[in-house]
Amino acid sequence: MSEAREFKYIGQSTIRPDGFDKVTGRANYGADLSLPGMIWGKILRSPHAHAMIKRLDTSRAEAFPGVLAVATHSDFPSVTDQAIESGEGSLTLLDLARNVLAKDKVLYHGHAVVAIAAKTSAIAEQALALIDIEYEVLKPVMDVREAMAAGAPILHPDMFTQGLAEKPTTASNVATRLEYKMGDIEAGFKDAEVVVEREFYTPTAHQGYIEPHACTVRYEKDGQSMIWCSTQGHFDVRASTAKLLGLDLGKLKVIASEIGGGFGGKTTVYLEPVALILSRKSGRPVKMIMDRDEVFKATGPGSATRSWVKIGARKDGTITAMQGRLAYEAGAFKGSPVMMGCMTAFTPYAVSNMYIEGFDVVVNKAKVAAYRAPGAPQAEFAVEMLVNELAVKLGRDPIDLRLQNAAKEGTQTIYGPKFKRVGLVECLEAARDSKHYQQALAANQGRGVAAGFWFNVGGQSSVHINMNPDGTGTIVEGSPDIGGSRASMQMMAAEAMGIEPGRLKPIIGDTENVAFSAGTGGSRTTFATGMAVIEAAEDVVAQMKQRAASMWNVTAEQVEWVDGVALNTAGEDRLSLAEICAGADRTGGQISGRGNINARGAGPSFAVHLCDVEVDKETGKVDVVRYTAVQDAGKAIHPKYVEGQYQGGAVQGIGWALNEEYIYGADGLLENAGFLDYRIPVASDLPMIDAIIVEVPNKFHPYGVRGVGESGIIPPLAAVGYAVENAIGVPVTDLPLSPPRVFNLIQGKG
Amino acid sequence: MAKLHITTSINGEATEFLCEPHETLLDVLRNDLQMTGTKEGCGSGDCGACSVTVDGRLTCACLVLGVEAAGREIGTIEGIGGSDKLSVIQEKFLEHAALQCGICTPGLVVSTQALLEQNPNPTEAEARYFLAGNLCRCTGYDKIIRAVLDAAATMRGAA
Ligand code: FES
Ligand code: FES
Repeated sequence: MSEAREFKYIGQSTIRPDGFDKVTGRANYGADLSLPGMIWGKILRSPHAHAMIKRLDTSRAEAFPGVLAVATHSDFPSVTDQAIESGEGSLTLLDLARNVLAKDKVLYHGHAVVAIAAKTSAIAEQALALIDIEYEVLKPVMDVREAMAAGAPILHPDMFTQGLAEKPTTASNVATRLEYKMGDIEAGFKDAEVVVEREFYTPTAHQGYIEPHACTVRYEKDGQSMIWCSTQGHFDVRASTAKLLGLDLGKLKVIASEIGGGFGGKTTVYLEPVALILSRKSGRPVKMIMDRDEVFKATGPGSATRSWVKIGARKDGTITAMQGRLAYEAGAFKGSPVMMGCMTAFTPYAVSNMYIEGFDVVVNKAKVAAYRAPGAPQAEFAVEMLVNELAVKLGRDPIDLRLQNAAKEGTQTIYGPKFKRVGLVECLEAARDSKHYQQALAANQGRGVAAGFWFNVGGQSSVHINMNPDGTGTIVEGSPDIGGSRASMQMMAAEAMGIEPGRLKPIIGDTENVAFSAGTGGSRTTFATGMAVIEAAEDVVAQMKQRAASMWNVTAEQVEWVDGVALNTAGEDRLSLAEICAGADRTGGQISGRGNINARGAGPSFAVHLCDVEVDKETGKVDVVRYTAVQDAGKAIHPKYVEGQYQGGAVQGIGWALNEEYIYGADGLLENAGFLDYRIPVASDLPMIDAIIVEVPNKFHPYGVRGVGESGIIPPLAAVGYAVENAIGVPVTDLPLSPPRVFNLIQGKG
Repeated sequence: MAKLHITTSINGEATEFLCEPHETLLDVLRNDLQMTGTKEGCGSGDCGACSVTVDGRLTCACLVLGVEAAGREIGTIEGIGGSDKLSVIQEKFLEHAALQCGICTPGLVVSTQALLEQNPNPTEAEARYFLAGNLCRCTGYDKIIRAVLDAAATMRGAA
């Protein structure tokens, strides 16, 4: 696309089409649907972090008045011991089945064991207490160091490390070892005059969406089963649930409710297959809602990590070598995002010699789920902290040093491709030129700068646009709207068709009324589903031109489409879109456009953040006093929602850096499974978050869009972390920088 | 256990319901009265998604029993704005894009209304502290605070 393109609707901040419903409480989320005859499901969860299930007897619970169904792992008929890829990449079908209902062994505090459906949730709750279960408690493994140590208790006796030079003969908690390399790492360090190196730790942190997982389901023997649930991808819910229950895809309809936040955590299933089993057994619709304690214990979180990084540079600032070793917790089943950590860690830099190895390690915690740019914040935290240290050692401005080494068009990445046009340099320049960066710091304050890289993804999206006889239309898409994406879809279609956005109503189709669409994740929706919307809109326009041509007895090529009006270039005739729609019955029937695509060419989005903190040296409390988030959007379709993504990502990252962590006892039990003790940022913790939108168009999208949802959570960990280091003058290695940790660092007891 | 018969007023409308003694006001609203505009994020008073007013006082509906509604005036999100018009607060939330997923929004609208009734001219800090009990994980609060301050200014201007 050309950079000078003028847009009519794109780039304005319209009122979202689903706004009225959402500010009045009318919008229906996962827990908001009730059906006639509906009963309630509840789950018995493991009180231990690691234990064998020695005996399980549900007969007393089944006999309890009001109980209508009981489900255990043995109710998954089609799941055998052999691992089959579930299509979600990281979790095999067997692991998924064992995660939603444990088989023989519980692997984390809160692991689901038995589900009960009863007339009321109170009865279901009472019946859970009647399940007779005996455990043999095993020693839990709570950290990658323990898990990787010789003689560690083994979670899965059948798991052998993949990716080793020699095939291992003993089981291990390390599921996979992987490495990426480029150039000659040893030569790179030989060439270096200054070397920095440190080991870092990031804690287990939860996505923290405010809406707990919830679903209402109805099993029908005749193949009309349906699931209503809060999910980022209802087609993925359908695929996983159908496989677990041995159903054909066509026999299961999944309806995506409005979704109250996901951040990656609602890309897998927990309740849905269990609820469907309970419905099958009871013959009644079943509703299940997790309480907050269950959300913390059994869903999400993001990986805790330990990483060691070493960087070498010449005195002139040229970085000559970057090396790293990352160990990521996967939780109870293999599949941490360590690969993404390896792929992203060094990618903001154009450096010839790189080497990184990663370890995917199982521990007795909930299976990790994707969390906004999965794997990247932890790895890039380590690298960005060290680049700031390197700047100090070289006597350089940290932005200037980054500019000198920044990845740009043509830079070879460690994971394969060379970059097309990317906007890191533009983001660094915008940060450097911001008012924020010019402002002097006060006493007890510190400043941190950090960059972040995320790939963004494309993939399959399907859209159709159905036109009505009055010239209005419905955009049917398959990507759940988590942050206002309906507004962007409406604007892109309006732009392509040349009509007012308000004439088009975007809706999220269920799995039966729109073709397969990948979920809302990977910052893909505005990019990929947006492309499908544009294609469908262009299809509508092409048909409009044909209809006009047939009315005028000319060829479609002789018709021009300008601002929603067909013009006859061979005469004076003009027909508006509304007029063509009104006459559609006479020109071949109603008009609908289609865009079913597999989008390629997702454009990476770089971000650069600036953070100023003030540290209370008597208590160790850190306040963020000024924050700026700069990021490349390619093209911001709806600037306010783009800013919102930057600000929301920044604040999630600030929470991760300052407060958020899972706290476990020595017994492996989670001690802070609630919002009171797992403290996410509240309004009074924060200043305004300045957002600066940089636009370096992605030439693979008709309007230049790059995804913007994820990169913004990457820089805050080091921007905040280094700001604290800068304020207290003591190296920071571990997150979160909660008051006791900062206090100890100041006291020299870190 | 026998259900209890409760007489109350919700959004100015005389209302009766039957509930178990242990049921929270939030359960009653959502499950018995099908008023699902009030959301549940935690059930323990920590997120503010269930914000309602009881005799005009801002309250977490998950921390009040249904039976305690007897004889009181309950205000919920369903009582704010109409079927085809929005309150100034709701309009400002939309104008400023102060919601992404929207699950926190009903609670924030109820809380903001309570704030502006008590303090029609809050400073940014006062707004941030008053709304500190309403968690939003999506927005980082920036646009919410802007919407609240703009709503306050507009309402003062209109008054
Ligand atoms: S649900 Fe009541 S405060 Fe969270
Ligand atoms: S908009 Fe999602 S929690 Fe506030």
